[in-house]
Amino acid sequence: MSAREHAGGAMRAAVVVFPGSNSDHEAWHVVHNVLGQPAELVWHKETTLDGFDVVILPGGFAHGDYLRAGAIARFSPIMAAVERHAARGGVVLGICNGFQVLTEAGLLPGVLMRNKDISFISRDAWVRVENETTRLTMACRKGEVLRIPIAHGEGRYVADSPLLDRLEKEGRILLRYCGPRGEIDDRFNVNGSERAIAGIMNERGNVFGLMPHPERDAEPIVGLGQGRQLFASLLESFRRAAA
Amino acid sequence: MKGMKALVYVTLKPSVLDPQGKAVLHALHSLGYEEVADVRVGKMIEIALTGKDKDSAGKRVAAMCETLLANTVIEAYRFEIVEER
Repeated sequence: MSAREHAGGAMRAAVVVFPGSNSDHEAWHVVHNVLGQPAELVWHKETTLDGFDVVILPGGFAHGDYLRAGAIARFSPIMAAVERHAARGGVVLGICNGFQVLTEAGLLPGVLMRNKDISFISRDAWVRVENETTRLTMACRKGEVLRIPIAHGEGRYVADSPLLDRLEKEGRILLRYCGPRGEIDDRFNVNGSERAIAGIMNERGNVFGLMPHPERDAEPIVGLGQGRQLFASLLESFRRAAA
Repeated sequence: MKGMKALVYVTLKPSVLDPQGKAVLHALHSLGYEEVADVRVGKMIEIALTGKDKDSAGKRVAAMCETLLANTVIEAYRFEIVEER
């Protein structure tokens, strides 16, 4: 069945555009053209997100990443609407810089710090699906290895041990950096994240943050297309809710 | 008119790994400064302020640090308020 056949729209997505966002159009493209769902770009000065099911904070360098990545974007006018959207149970997905914005805003715990080896890393990375029961991963199998591009200088996830233990226990670690066969090893922990964390969610399971860029490889024409599975999971979660 | 200035120092908490400091440390070693035992890189932010009341300025600068200038999960801050000459 073609994605187009679902054009009625089970999932309406807003992609927030900050000055300095650079993966906004890719995210819009995946929702609109790959999944066939309604999607709109929303400027960060807007103050409402009413009518949207999913809000995506895209990758890039919002406000130049000045001070700290996400520190200024977190006070953009749209962020009050993002907080309200999350509070009413709406889905929020922060990708890369969007993840940094969500941690700065306190919508997700922890911090994303300078990569262990300082360098900006732009290449494909393997990530292992640690929890396949969430709205962002339900189209994946447990332990499934996805190859997804990463592109960041500040992606090393840091939190204190009690918080890390809690994330583990509550199944809130969604993705971990791994080897091609799912091996968890320092060699494959590209940026030195605590416990190789590449993606997490909030307690309620509606706010997600990940450093990899699934929107940059969601179709076979640009690579393996495995990023599609995360977006397809979100769509599936709305279809199930509607059924 | 004479104003005030806040000098805000934002540093990584001691428990936090500072790869940037490590890189500077290695560079200093390779320049022959073998006495360098460790380096931590932080930020100094200079804020020009209007008004004359140092106490209330201090309270507001502390709030600025908590809200925006430092991420207190990983960073510590301190500041001094100085009168501009």
